Amino acid sequence: MATRQTQILARALLTPAVGLLFIWMIVPLALTIYFSTLHYSLLDPGSESFVGLENFRYFLTDPAFLASLQNTLVLVGSVLALTILLGIPLALLMDQPVIGRNFVRLMVIAPFFVMPTVSALVWKNLLMHPVSGLFAWIASVFGLTPIDWFNDMPLFAVILIVTWQWLPFATLILLTALQSLDEEQKEAAEMDGASAVSTFIYITLPHLARPITVVILIETIFLLTVFAEIFVTTGGGPGLQTTNIAFLIYSQALIQFDVGSASAGGLVAVVIANVVAFFLVRIVGRNLEA
Amino acid sequence: MARMATTKQVVVSTIGAWFFGFLIFFPILWMVLASFKTELEAFAIPPSFLFFHWTTENYATVQERSDYFQHALNSVIIAGGSTLIALLIAIPAAWSMAFSPTKRTKDILLWMLSTKMMPPVGVLVPIYLIYKTFGLLDSRIGLIFILCLGNLPIVIWMLFTYFKEIPRDILEAARMDGATIGRELIYVLTPMAIPGLASTMLLNLILAWNEAFWTLNLSTSNAAPLTTFIASYSSPEGLFWAKLSAASTLAIAPILVLGWFSQKQLVRGLTFGAVK
Repeated sequence: MATRQTQILARALLTPAVGLLFIWMIVPLALTIYFSTLHYSLLDPGSESFVGLENFRYFLTDPAFLASLQNTLVLVGSVLALTILLGIPLALLMDQPVIGRNFVRLMVIAPFFVMPTVSALVWKNLLMHPVSGLFAWIASVFGLTPIDWFNDMPLFAVILIVTWQWLPFATLILLTALQSLDEEQKEAAEMDGASAVSTFIYITLPHLARPITVVILIETIFLLTVFAEIFVTTGGGPGLQTTNIAFLIYSQALIQFDVGSASAGGLVAVVIANVVAFFLVRIVGRNLEA
Repeated sequence: MARMATTKQVVVSTIGAWFFGFLIFFPILWMVLASFKTELEAFAIPPSFLFFHWTTENYATVQERSDYFQHALNSVIIAGGSTLIALLIAIPAAWSMAFSPTKRTKDILLWMLSTKMMPPVGVLVPIYLIYKTFGLLDSRIGLIFILCLGNLPIVIWMLFTYFKEIPRDILEAARMDGATIGRELIYVLTPMAIPGLASTMLLNLILAWNEAFWTLNLSTSNAAPLTTFIASYSSPEGLFWAKLSAASTLAIAPILVLGWFSQKQLVRGLTFGAVK
């Protein structure tokens, strides 16, 4: 039993963290809400005035919003699908008896530790450059026309880069989960004459359901705000083709200096992220009790 | 482990795993190779894979042209500083929740987690304006502060899951023997918590080192860490591939090494203990 003294001490130790996080959560958010109701442009200081929901009407009916919402969904959806569809077979492969598995593991996990600005620029120039990039050379070896990635399929190019960054994460988590799978269960299935395919479908896949959910939710939170990769490769273009919500808000705030409208957009982003967060917190919370 | 794999199985899966592992790692390898080429060879078609004139001049030029070490130092100070401060705040909090849990502990933990869900872009405007008002734009202290707050929930969570695993009987035994809380903390808890502390620190160094939203938006030159410095190579006039590669190799090498050491903890830290 904790004594009264320990209880007081425990509370005192917890307070700084809770206090800081509370301020961190409340103050900027309150300011965002406040700014979102103002006509407020940094180019025109002193002209701030209350405009109610005008910024939201402006932001939500701006064609750029729909385009960037669509880009965000395509980006998040594609990267999720690719990392999981590639991550499952990769994790299964690495779970097999492989000579030098630790070294393979190091190679697979490496992209995750590369800072986003580096991976984006290396892919954009060294690999995807339409004339001197390695992909262009490979295409020409096979007699194909090199793809001008950032002009012909800019969003797909960004998707490839982001997938490369997140595939290690998905693979590593799925591999960790696979390694905790009870070998005896698989053995029993094999003895009963189950084929490799049905063992996978009826034993392995159900076991992976939870880690896959976790991967989806955590990746979604990070992917919703992909920024640096777009910032250094396309700057949101050509046109609006690679502008996602995060980049749109950034450009309204720090390029067009429209504080009011950027704040309204920021709140829209918060709402979208919260829908995802709601599910993640529930899953993690269930795990806390177990 | 009981099953015996046939030799053929081992050969096939080994070849497959090495092939795909190499494929995933290749962009990094390609970048490292390019950093040792001359600008002309880095750009050449067909590309040379190993038989080119190896040179280290890019590494020297990167330093001369743009004071690379200044930015590297900024990265060290910002990532290190934010991690240390986060640990100082998080250790007492995690200790308190792990060893004197109350009815509300679970809610507090989940609430802390939810602050991490807030998209940074949602608060970009107020943070930018606050920083502008207080002269914190392009300052190391400003970046330390914001990265510390951003990673605090992860630090607390990781420490909490590690502290939870320390057997409580040992603490009770210490208390029975009349150990005060201070002694309990120093002589009993700390030695057992060090592995967890170390891996928490590593993961957060990595996250802070690679953070590229706040660093890009809040720093331009003086306080610019490596993320921002590398981004300056995106301008058309800065397109020197060999130099970009040299700067990039230097920027990721230390963190790659740290990352490889902490890969097991990575899963745990980034899934908030949901996958171990």
